[in-house]
Amino acid sequence: MARAKNQNFSKGLNIHTRRTISYVVLSILSFFCLIWFYILFINATRSNSDLTTGFSLLPSNYAFKNWAGMRKSTSDFVRGMINSIFTSGCSAVLCVYFSTMTAYAIHAYDFKLKKALYTFILAVMMIPTQVTTLGFVTMLNQIGLVDSYIPIIIPSIAAPVSFFYMKQYMDSTLPLEIIEAARIDGSGEVRTFNSIILPIMKPAIAVQAIFTFVGSWNNYFTPALILTEEKKKTLPILIADLRSADFKKFDMGVVYMTIAFSIFPVIVIYLILSKNIVGGVAAGSVKG
Amino acid sequence: MRKKALSVLLTTAMVASMFTACGSKDSNSNSSTGGSGSDKNHEYTVSNGGKVLNIYVWNDEFINRMKDHMPGYVADEKDPLLGTLDGVTVKWTQVASDNNAYQNNLDEKLQKQATAAADDKIDMFLMEADYALKYVDSNYTVPVDKLGITADDTKNMYKYTKDVVTDANGQLKGLSWQGCPGILFYNRAAAKEVLGTDDQAEVQKAVADWDTYVATAQKMVDAGYKMTATSNDTYRVYSNNVTTKWVEDGKVNVDANIKKWAEDTKKLVDMKACGTADLWSDDWSAGFYPTGKVFCYFGPAWLINFCMAADKEGSIAYEGGWGATEGPQGFFWGGTWIAGCDFTDNADLVKKIMINMTCTDDILVDIVVKDNDFTNSKPVMEALANGTKKVQDADGNEVEYSSPVFGGINPLSFYAKSADKIDLSKLTGYDQGCNEKFQQAMKNYFLGECSYDEALKLFYKDIKVVYPNLKTE
Amino acid sequence: MSQSKTRNSKAVSYNKWGYIFLIPFIVVYLLFQLVPLVTTIYYSFFDYYRMGLVYYGPFANGINNYTQIINDGYIFTYFKNTIIMWIIGFVPQILVSLLLGAWFSDNRLRLKGESFFKTVIYLPNLIMASAFAMLFFTLTSERGPINQILTGLHIIKEPYIFLDHTAGARGLVGFMNFIMWFGNTTILLLAGMLGIDVSLFEAAEVDGATSNQKFFRITLPLLRPILVYVLITSLIGGLQMFDVPQILTKGSGAPMETTKTLIMYLNEYIKITKNYGMAGAISVILFVLTGILSVIVFQFSDNKTKVK
Repeated sequence: MARAKNQNFSKGLNIHTRRTISYVVLSILSFFCLIWFYILFINATRSNSDLTTGFSLLPSNYAFKNWAGMRKSTSDFVRGMINSIFTSGCSAVLCVYFSTMTAYAIHAYDFKLKKALYTFILAVMMIPTQVTTLGFVTMLNQIGLVDSYIPIIIPSIAAPVSFFYMKQYMDSTLPLEIIEAARIDGSGEVRTFNSIILPIMKPAIAVQAIFTFVGSWNNYFTPALILTEEKKKTLPILIADLRSADFKKFDMGVVYMTIAFSIFPVIVIYLILSKNIVGGVAAGSVKG
Repeated sequence: MRKKALSVLLTTAMVASMFTACGSKDSNSNSSTGGSGSDKNHEYTVSNGGKVLNIYVWNDEFINRMKDHMPGYVADEKDPLLGTLDGVTVKWTQVASDNNAYQNNLDEKLQKQATAAADDKIDMFLMEADYALKYVDSNYTVPVDKLGITADDTKNMYKYTKDVVTDANGQLKGLSWQGCPGILFYNRAAAKEVLGTDDQAEVQKAVADWDTYVATAQKMVDAGYKMTATSNDTYRVYSNNVTTKWVEDGKVNVDANIKKWAEDTKKLVDMKACGTADLWSDDWSAGFYPTGKVFCYFGPAWLINFCMAADKEGSIAYEGGWGATEGPQGFFWGGTWIAGCDFTDNADLVKKIMINMTCTDDILVDIVVKDNDFTNSKPVMEALANGTKKVQDADGNEVEYSSPVFGGINPLSFYAKSADKIDLSKLTGYDQGCNEKFQQAMKNYFLGECSYDEALKLFYKDIKVVYPNLKTE
Repeated sequence: MSQSKTRNSKAVSYNKWGYIFLIPFIVVYLLFQLVPLVTTIYYSFFDYYRMGLVYYGPFANGINNYTQIINDGYIFTYFKNTIIMWIIGFVPQILVSLLLGAWFSDNRLRLKGESFFKTVIYLPNLIMASAFAMLFFTLTSERGPINQILTGLHIIKEPYIFLDHTAGARGLVGFMNFIMWFGNTTILLLAGMLGIDVSLFEAAEVDGATSNQKFFRITLPLLRPILVYVLITSLIGGLQMFDVPQILTKGSGAPMETTKTLIMYLNEYIKITKNYGMAGAISVILFVLTGILSVIVFQFSDNKTKVK
């Protein structure tokens, strides 16, 4: 399908037509990507009663009241945001660093258990997170690690999916000669990894950093089971708290405002990192 | 060497995990089917002198009630989840009810009550009617008489609010400050147009029982109206009026009135007198506006005051266009109950809060005026309903309680009548799951995806997941 | 010490770093994942659940949980649902991603605003699934804008309630998954494409290759590892499909459980009842299923690589 489509585009059509088609398709896709944000931010400006009238394309004037409603609730959303930034940031950093390291171990070295360990990691990738939830929470209760960030952050060191991506990326872009060259230059293994391999992997790292950060940012399932102390709660838990407000104070306007507020930093971080991906093209050092 | 080291590491981990697995097994196996049922002869451990009063809640409703009405309670200025009462720190723990998180958390903590540090023991927690019996029928909640609350203290409460929290042995184990009796709100314009009158007595005749209700629905459809917005609107009314329990002798049992709901609703859906959307959806709330063309809603006071867009220009509530009547059967919707916990080390404070917040008339009147709650005192509510008790309006004048959404009439008498009629002696700890799964399964029947029997089969299957200990069919 | 000996021992001492670099992963995995996993497998052979405050078991019951799941047969229905909804989302996703990747990496096309589009396509993934579902409810409701437009244009006579129909509900789940994930896939493919040596393209251009030839002869083969990654992770992610149908149907998999997925099935046994026995058995079956499927895909892609 893809093949046929693509061939049609170039054989039959000149560059201008192709360009037009590209613009049309991209515009439609962009519309479907952006409309949600538009509705979300519009809804954040509407009152609860206004929202019961259904959908609207025009903003209303309730933004400040919704903001005030959010700040007034028992939950401290600024604190929640700091918590979310902290846990997601740590998770992302640990995840990409150690996934790259793990992939590098498999990619660059030959050792007896290599194949067995590689297969092992691929196998554990197939275990859905939900599968171990019961055991995980029971274990945390037994060792007293509830209400702690450790079980939320540390497990991201062992992220088979990120590892797999790094490994595949290395397979396609990281020749072993570079490592050889570094060794001849007298670089130690750790230094080679930190100062030569990591920069080469920059585009892949940016990609996985975004994915991990966003995944962790939006994660409600595990943190909700672990964190009950108000000061430690992350944003998705606080939003859930807000949504279970009693009927008399249940205010969808405030809920939408909170969602908009909690999405905002992810967008900023994404925009920063996405530049990095595009900039990562200049990773000419690989091929040099 | 290296290989060995790694395999040792692996083995250790395996052994360690087997150990934890066995460990958890051992700790439970001695009471392998325990935890259920409330034991009549259970020795409750209640004491005083604790430094921290721990209260579990799923939202801030009760936190604010305490702040506004509890004598002696001082809320912390900075931290909304802290306060002091008679020199004891009050610590609130708030866990949302989404995904069952509140109950999961509470269960986990309650099971550790006996061994928890004094300042971590839960002293009090809040619960909803749907699952109250789960806690009431356990030894984790203390009968109120053990706290020193007498039958005389609770004599003014509506009977149904006590039914909800009375365990299998007849012990009262919780109290509520509010009643949430529901009535039928009708769109007065629609009533005039279709029934020729919006007079309460006449409209009541058209919805006096379920058969006339269905007949009226046909008239509404012919005139372009829906009877209710969704199929779930009426569920509560049927399910609050059952004559048998959801579970009898460990076997799931569908009451005749529940079955009638399915049959009546199928008729209504087929004649397009209602949709099948969920409550709180856009299609449900469309009827808050004249353009939504919905004849009636079933609900308690809070529904119309706070949810039906009374502050939104153009809405029926804003125009004062709703009428109120008792409807086919009495029912309730919502409400929060307070329970004291076994092992509490602040028993007297728990008692003090319960007495003040749920049994003291002056405070209950305050709550009506300030928070628009329907409170749990029959004499107070009846006095407000018939106007013998006045409330202060915005300018400080003594006036009869009234509600602008009904065009200034006082709807309390209907609520009071409904509250009196509710009988919840058929409640079980399984109601939450049964009600939810039954509505879910029947939706397929309403949509024509399957027959009633197939939907029932689906329901039985779902119930076995939620309550593996129950028998079906 | 001879030259060759030094080299040899050096190679050995290098390779020990393979183990050293693996330590963090392995240790963390053992601590936080393997212990719970072993517990999960262990209890799958027990009758053991905690229903709120009530608990039952653990009583060993051999493979009863497994036979019950197989005999009930629901797992096969849910497996079918999962695969169908995954395909509905994945096919357009991979096609669109490849197309966009080809366009973005085609230096003759020179699209204006390329970085804008690249940035925009990933954005839907930033919204929480629950918030996304809330918006979808509003849009597709009986009186929502989509039905207003469709009835207004006389495309349909009566409002079409997507979630009340099998095709509509599955389509909606597929569409939401597509919107949420196609940007992700495009970024993965692009990152792979951008890692390809530019000189290969330059050489091909000197030889007079067209954009398409470059795409199919250079880009695709070199992209194979990333494509395999995309396929495998998407398949695994697809088999783990949960939040979108869960939230859209409030966990019921309506209508008539046609949108109920495997993880929703598992979740039922985790959420209200902590049914260690049944949840454990379902988990093990899921693991085996995913494993078999992935091995097939791996095998398939390996053969292709060898042919090349």
